[in-house]
Amino acid sequence: MPPPRSTHRVRISPLGDTALLAELGSRLDTALNTRAIALASALRKRRDVRQVVAGYTGVTVHFDPEQATVASLGSAIKRLAAKRPKVEVPGRLHRIPVVYDGEDFDEVMRTLGITREQLIVTHTRPIYRVFLVGFVPGWAYLGPLPEELYLPRQQTPRMQVPAGSVAIAARQTGIYPLPTPGGWHLIGRTSVKLFLPNSDPPCLFRSGDRVKFFAVSSNA
Amino acid sequence: MRAALRVVEPGLLTTIQDLGRPAAIASGVPPGGAMDRFAHAASNLLVGNDRSDATIECTINGPQLVAESPCLVAVTGGDLGLRVNGREAPMWTGIFLAAGDRLSFAGRTFGARAYVALAGGVDGDRWLGSRSTYLLVGKGGMQGRPFKAGDVLHSAADRAGPMVAGRQLPPALRPEYTERSIPAIGGPHLKRLDTASRQALFGVTFKLSNQADRMGYRLEGPALAQKGDELLSFGLAAGAVQVVNSGQAILLMADHQTAGGYAVPATVVSAGLPVAAQLLPGDELQFREVTEAKARLMRQELSAALSALASP
Repeated sequence: MPPPRSTHRVRISPLGDTALLAELGSRLDTALNTRAIALASALRKRRDVRQVVAGYTGVTVHFDPEQATVASLGSAIKRLAAKRPKVEVPGRLHRIPVVYDGEDFDEVMRTLGITREQLIVTHTRPIYRVFLVGFVPGWAYLGPLPEELYLPRQQTPRMQVPAGSVAIAARQTGIYPLPTPGGWHLIGRTSVKLFLPNSDPPCLFRSGDRVKFFAVSSNA
Repeated sequence: MRAALRVVEPGLLTTIQDLGRPAAIASGVPPGGAMDRFAHAASNLLVGNDRSDATIECTINGPQLVAESPCLVAVTGGDLGLRVNGREAPMWTGIFLAAGDRLSFAGRTFGARAYVALAGGVDGDRWLGSRSTYLLVGKGGMQGRPFKAGDVLHSAADRAGPMVAGRQLPPALRPEYTERSIPAIGGPHLKRLDTASRQALFGVTFKLSNQADRMGYRLEGPALAQKGDELLSFGLAAGAVQVVNSGQAILLMADHQTAGGYAVPATVVSAGLPVAAQLLPGDELQFREVTEAKARLMRQELSAALSALASP
């Protein structure tokens, strides 16, 4: 019997002695992320697995080192990843109001050589996917951002970005849930709370959810 | 519930910590918890607690605490100069405090963090299943903040049995806190570093910069050069050594960001984290490459020491 098609493409590497990183690929790709999320759910059922975080293109697995090694769990992951993923249930859809008056809005407009209207229309056009929840509480990496809006991260990150800032960088967009340092371009702000300290889980978005932005004139 | 300890002086950064909230990483919340898990667990076991009970993490300059009622405590971890009623008192030992007794710290000899366990566990706010204080969002422990003068600490459980003082963990069973060579496993991105940088990572001496806290330590050392496209973000772990674009290395600790897109050429193993947790700005360290099998032996050695304490 020929080996399953995708097995050899899983790259397993240790992250210390109690965690590993399993990468299914390296591209920003919805199909890869769907497989990563499916793999994460399958792994959460295992007794030797403690925690799983689905990333863009793979999973980080924290395991019980008394029950598993990188090699034993790695083989299991390769077997699981070779299985055809179940048809994904579409994630929840969030509609997020945005006032497009971010500090970097004009500069982004100028750098990209587009009008105010074009920037807003292009940013609000897609239904973005939540590729990864992480970094700081409530943060979610959304994408893919339309090619027309591609800008590398800022050279010098800001020391403090206000909570609720809507930002873009490379093929991604996101909302700062807390006042934190940040190197993305701020194009707007929303009144929607991403970090929900009194809920469990304490964040609005989950991996695989969908997000649609719409422009409003004020957050009142 | 009776008050156990009153805070007279809060110390530099004194917080309630337990084993953290590992499941919260899926929501972007750091796992948190005691930086030095060994010292935390040992202090608990010395007073008859579970190793998951909350303790008091003291940083550099410890607090001054007064017993409001008779209680059993144990202090472990970095040597911050433990005193009881002004007199030197043994660390890594269960100590009985009578009402009015004063526990304080005279000054640091080595290490960065000491742990004070209280029989019954230290009570505090629970957030996402843990009493650990997470300062960034002001949650857990003492209302999500460090101690201040006048705070009162309670025991989380009323003890049914007698409190037994004098239990001890001998020096031979403690981590080698003076060791500056920290064991780490290569990967996932070791191969992104060029040959010279790879040798430097496991060869040169790094120094903790002033940017070193519960989130992580920025290290001073040679710039580590890497090649390859920008990485997409992935889930991180405590102990991960991140190399940012400037070539600087950052060792991630308990309150680390849960995901990032910087290369991780190596990760400190679990048995190396207690020693790393005792480092301060200006301290030097080297990374020593170990195998998974070696890491297992080191882990089992520490866990055997704790098991010996756990048995009656």
